[in-house]
Amino acid sequence: MSERLIEILISSFPKILLPGLLTTIPLTAISFAAGLVIAVIAALIQFANVPVLKQIIRFYVWVIRGTPLLVQLFVVFYGLPSVGLLLDPFPSACICFAINEGAYASETIRASLESVPSGQIEAGSCVGMSWWQIMRRIVLPQAFRTAFPTLGNELISMVKDTSLAANITVMEMFMQTQRIVAVTYEPLALYIEVGVIYLIFSTVLSRMERFGEKRLSVYGKR
Amino acid sequence: MILQVKNIRKAFDGMEVLKGIDLSVDKGDVVAILGASGGGKTTLLRCINFLERADSGELTFDNRTYDLAKITNKEIAAIRRRTAFVFQNYNLFLNKTAIQNVTEGLIVARKMDKGKAMEIGRAALDKVGLSDRLDYYPNQLSGGQQQRVAIARALATDPEIIYFDEPTSALDPELTGEVLSVMKELADEGMTMLVVTHEIGFAKNVSKRTMFIENGVVVEQGESREFFAHPKEERTSEFIRAISAKE
Repeated sequence: MSERLIEILISSFPKILLPGLLTTIPLTAISFAAGLVIAVIAALIQFANVPVLKQIIRFYVWVIRGTPLLVQLFVVFYGLPSVGLLLDPFPSACICFAINEGAYASETIRASLESVPSGQIEAGSCVGMSWWQIMRRIVLPQAFRTAFPTLGNELISMVKDTSLAANITVMEMFMQTQRIVAVTYEPLALYIEVGVIYLIFSTVLSRMERFGEKRLSVYGKR
Repeated sequence: MILQVKNIRKAFDGMEVLKGIDLSVDKGDVVAILGASGGGKTTLLRCINFLERADSGELTFDNRTYDLAKITNKEIAAIRRRTAFVFQNYNLFLNKTAIQNVTEGLIVARKMDKGKAMEIGRAALDKVGLSDRLDYYPNQLSGGQQQRVAIARALATDPEIIYFDEPTSALDPELTGEVLSVMKELADEGMTMLVVTHEIGFAKNVSKRTMFIENGVVVEQGESREFFAHPKEERTSEFIRAISAKE
């Protein structure tokens, strides 16, 4: 490896990592949190079999899961301004990722809710708890434990997917790398370098996921 | 009289499971409901506590009479706050420890002060002999222990009546004794209990009255000693013989 290449790799590392810390991570954290809120609401509506709302949720899940994330990003960022809705790149990306995660995670959580034995709900109602109390204190915590590994995977996927936000001018790690490549002409080394940084992020998350899983298994297997 | 049910009916997909059953329970009564599997006894109990909605019938609880076809969720909630249910497969909250299982209904549903709920919860678990298992999760307890926690959970809410749905059927034979002895103790203390069971010993020796249900109707009922010593119906004596032979 030439000295020049090493020099480029070292000097570009903090330049790539910085937008990772300042953009990629916040984008992921905000979108994932918002996505989870959407997902829980959507899953509960389906679980409780609320008429009309349930159909609306099915439609939402169907559309979002059936269209590319990249297309959704373009619709929001480049499409919506033509109907007067002008959003900055970062909020556009947050909205798209949250809506996307909401659709996928709602299916994960819905399946987990359904896996909680119906006797848990019956027992709750027999001790006088309301439906919402039973959901909040008994069913959702158990469903989350079941859903946890899958949600962890979805979080890791999302970290990687945030690179798509470069296409709508969000200044995240990948876009920064492209810029550096444009001036240094070292695509192979630099794209591998950013890949390694993504790998570090993913590895940290999957370690955290495993740790969380262990802590959640306190009350053991059913 | 604390509980009276008149002409309760229930069908699943056109299959009549309860064909008009009457039942009454006095305060302090222990009533055993016997019957072959599929005869409707569990459905009866589930309808009485609204886990299934009966198609028709009347239920009187504490001097108020409700039409089972029209009872509202609010009325159901009010009745349930004063009754308790023990399930065949315990149905302990899997994400809660023994003490949390017992206090959950007090703190969350009845808005009781946490300290007071803990006090009641500890006493209830002590009563069923589990004061050394307060912080164990259900999966860390044996079946018999889980069922005793479930009984403590029922006791903690200070119910007028406790419904038991085959409380020992899911247990290994060597574990039924500990649950039955707790139930006997409650009966001796005057707790009102309605017990669907296969335990002929419990029906014979602990319950004051026994009912025999088959094909959705009451075949025979009476004071337990009389019921077992001199059954009136041919079908009852057959059933008693069959179930006694198994023991």
